[in-house]
Amino acid sequence: MRIDCPNCGERDRREFYYQGDAVVLNRPSEDAGAQAWDDYLHNRANPAGETRDLWFHEGGCRAWLVVERNTMTHAVHAATLAEKVKR
Amino acid sequence: MRLATPEKTVTFTFDGQRIKGVPGEPVSAALLAAGIKLVARSFKYHRPRGIMSAGSEEQNALVTVGRGTAQEPNVRATTLEVSEGLEVFSQNAWPSLKHDVMAVNDLVSPFLAAGFYYKTFMWPRSFWEKLYEPIIRRAAGLGALSGESNQDTYEKAFAFCDVLVIGAGPAGLMAALTAGRAGADVVLADEDTAMGGRLLREREDVDGKPAADWVVEALAELEAMPNVRLMTRTTVTGAYDQGTYGALGRIAGGRAAGKPLECFWRIVAKRAVLCAGALERPIAFPNNDRPGVMLASGVRAYVNRWGVAPGKAVAVFGNNDDAHRTARDLAAAGVKVAAVIDSRDDAKVEGDFPLYTGAEVIATKGRHALESITIKTGNGTRVIRCDCLAVSGGWNPTVHLTCHMNGRPTWDVGIASFVPTPESIPGMVTAGACNGAFSTAACLNEGAEVAAGVVADLGLAAEIKTPSADDAAYAIQPLWAVEGKGRKWIDFQNDVHVKDVRLAAQENFRSVEHMKRYTTQGMAPDQGKSSNVVALAVLADATGRGIPETGTTTFRPPYVPVSIAVMGAGSQGKGFAPERFTTSHSASVDRGAPMIEAGLWYRPSYFPKEGESHWRQSCDREVGYVREAVGICDVSTLGKIDIQGPDAAALLDFVYTNGFSTLKVGRVRYGLMLREDGHVMDDGTTARLGETHFVMTTTTAAAGLVMRHLEYVLQAIRPDLDAQVISVTEQWAQFAVAGPKSRELLNTVLDQPITDEDWPFMACGAVSVGGVAGRLFRISFSGEHAYEVAVPSRYGESLFRQLVAQAEVMGGGPYGMEALNVLRIEKGFITHAEIHGRTTAFDIGMERMVSAKKDCIGKAAAARPGLLGESRQQLVGLKSKGVDHALSAGAHLFDKGASHSRVNSKGYVTSVCYSPTIGTHLGLGFLENGRARHGEVIVLRDHLRNITEEVEVCDPVFFDQDGGRARG
Ligand SMILES: [Zn+2]
Repeated sequence: MRIDCPNCGERDRREFYYQGDAVVLNRPSEDAGAQAWDDYLHNRANPAGETRDLWFHEGGCRAWLVVERNTMTHAVHAATLAEKVKR
Repeated sequence: MRLATPEKTVTFTFDGQRIKGVPGEPVSAALLAAGIKLVARSFKYHRPRGIMSAGSEEQNALVTVGRGTAQEPNVRATTLEVSEGLEVFSQNAWPSLKHDVMAVNDLVSPFLAAGFYYKTFMWPRSFWEKLYEPIIRRAAGLGALSGESNQDTYEKAFAFCDVLVIGAGPAGLMAALTAGRAGADVVLADEDTAMGGRLLREREDVDGKPAADWVVEALAELEAMPNVRLMTRTTVTGAYDQGTYGALGRIAGGRAAGKPLECFWRIVAKRAVLCAGALERPIAFPNNDRPGVMLASGVRAYVNRWGVAPGKAVAVFGNNDDAHRTARDLAAAGVKVAAVIDSRDDAKVEGDFPLYTGAEVIATKGRHALESITIKTGNGTRVIRCDCLAVSGGWNPTVHLTCHMNGRPTWDVGIASFVPTPESIPGMVTAGACNGAFSTAACLNEGAEVAAGVVADLGLAAEIKTPSADDAAYAIQPLWAVEGKGRKWIDFQNDVHVKDVRLAAQENFRSVEHMKRYTTQGMAPDQGKSSNVVALAVLADATGRGIPETGTTTFRPPYVPVSIAVMGAGSQGKGFAPERFTTSHSASVDRGAPMIEAGLWYRPSYFPKEGESHWRQSCDREVGYVREAVGICDVSTLGKIDIQGPDAAALLDFVYTNGFSTLKVGRVRYGLMLREDGHVMDDGTTARLGETHFVMTTTTAAAGLVMRHLEYVLQAIRPDLDAQVISVTEQWAQFAVAGPKSRELLNTVLDQPITDEDWPFMACGAVSVGGVAGRLFRISFSGEHAYEVAVPSRYGESLFRQLVAQAEVMGGGPYGMEALNVLRIEKGFITHAEIHGRTTAFDIGMERMVSAKKDCIGKAAAARPGLLGESRQQLVGLKSKGVDHALSAGAHLFDKGASHSRVNSKGYVTSVCYSPTIGTHLGLGFLENGRARHGEVIVLRDHLRNITEEVEVCDPVFFDQDGGRARG
């Protein structure tokens, strides 16, 4: 598997650390309530198909990336700096 | 028998017998030249087996190479190159290949049919593991490992290209030529020792000259192109995501030349052209496994390429025109053709040999090698004497790689075989025989055309220029199995025959997947490469369905077996994990300190002195240094993260539970870090060196984790914060100077002496150490008046030696991990033994450190019901009854009188030590509602070590509870 890092170009997946669903970018406020925090921390959709995950280019530029890919075809559509997605 | 006298030979041994081989040829060729027919015993029935093919698809001729540390089992004799002194052994036979005791299995074979162990060994259940399985395992099997550690070396490597061409037969050569001429960056990989594929094995012309000559010219042109890399002896084993291909390269010369044995390649290609050719398939007829029964394509390879006649009188049996080609080649080479048997009524052939059309082979004879065959014709049966039978059941395109990403091949009625389904692998196209194009002309054309399309995709222009070649049509009439008395083998490597497949169908295992599992068809190391299609056809027939309705076949990586050794190349022994050494490493080793691993780091356990016979003596002495004089310990392995920027303090406020923006410049504060789920991630001290400059300390274990976490927070959660983080763990050597005499010692090495007024507890700042700019922190992990002094790493060793020498003058010395652990347990300081991922700030008694004034990572989740309160297991101290009552970490805690069962467990022990300061054994642990139970006596029980002790629950701070020693 290869990921096209916006900073470094296409690299082998061994250079990356996998975090999980990019939903963690949308952190609830401190007082959002138990349900919002449960959803944020634990409840995941596990779709067969398109996903948005957070990956970390640990063995490269150390950028956190939002990677869009398909769990059925293994196609990797895009990798965007988390910093940019967030802004 | 050799058809010509070779110029140069090498000598190797087979079961001790000396055999001459010609450099470049496989062991199988040399064995056939020496007239050796019996080379192996089969997997299950120990039947005599010979050489079937001339390629990596070989099912029978598996041998063991070498002995001891160099022993490698299950090597195919057809891909093993001869070399001087090579030792080859037959396998799965005892006491010898000719007299194999386990051949008795063959006599009782009616009882060993498919699924036999499911039915036979069901009762009693307990006998399975102890009796049946070991016996079956011993009887059935292939080669064995020596049990000794492999001493060979292996490599792994990456390669990148525009176009990867897999296979260098006519299609592959043309694809590489076309792409290479167009300027593409090309890798051409072929598993053979020489490129050319079937062009080296057939007697035919290309471009008006012998095919092998045309190959030489094509290779010369390719070699001259700087943009083309030729990789022989390299089998592409798997197709993976985003154009990544695995390839196993066997290194020429290997062990004998002092080189690595193999290299595992990961080739990343923008496009790939699969030109893997086709594999000939056998026909299932009675006793078709007798040594001497071979694939016709293999026979032609031995005759045409290596000048070896596999027999003196060769019969040919087929259902397609390739059978006749074999007879022609044999006759041209001067080998007697005993007969040509063609199952087709309308077969036409010319030649000076007997031809039987509409005929089938129904029996074979010969004990350890073929002596005769019996054929059935329209006019009855006939016995033909021959010592080799060349069989051709048609060709299976080598579709394997196209199946590696879940693709299923498509049935092609015209060639009675599966062809690749287009676009099965993104970026890969197929050409030539693997695509179902079987004539040489068609292969050359497709190779050129497909490659031209690929390079056009890449924005390059290619010219299609193909040489002339034979363009005979491929005429085949399917023939899968011949009826008759005796077993008709399909999967030779796993001993599966026609009746097994029919039995599966009869017992309603009608799906291909069920049949495979019931019979073990296709589950040998060759994964049914040559046999799956025949098995499928037999199943289709037995279930009254057509082949496409019955199912399809699939293949998973690797295409050929790949050793774990080459996959893990470089990761054996020292290569298994990196080793990190502190600057004081050699100074510690010089003092005889046993080094222990802490993550990837190596740290001294203790520093033994003459006269000490037990580590505890050293440890107790070192604890005494710190409590009574001064001790030195290298703490450089703790993570150090430099944090700078206008929002550096805000970042710390957000990642630590407690506040840091209130910390004054020149001061240090202890911080607690949570995960977002409310559990403790790490702890440590952070020093404020300037208004916008902090240095964070992490635990040794979590240094990488915390660094990643800070980057995550800065990029993914709080990109609004203007702060930068960088790890400086390796840049600074840092030493704890701990004990009542610590300041006195420091003043001998610092250029400006320090006083208690300038450097109170938790002060920090710049210092000059022997002219070197360093940092000093007044922090303590021992509870004593202590400092940590840091200098740039290059001065670390020198400073350590100086500090230790000075400490010894003052009645102290260096201390190791054991003493460090005792000192912190006495003070109730936690490590990752306590903050192991399942404990909260509340559990460790630090809930008041979670600031109410600000948000922080983990704050919301830490307040969830269930993470607070009496039901939680809380950090406590545990005191034993005395010096003779040692405690054990990992033990569980029980109320007195309760049985020591899981349901009664009230907690567990995380850390233990003997405290020379207090004079008894101490422990830290977690106990349900523990903070309310100080003073109670409970029971510690370790079922693994069989330890039961009564312990007193107490405050986790055993020593100097008001902390006066650290401040004073
Ligand atoms: Zn990068």
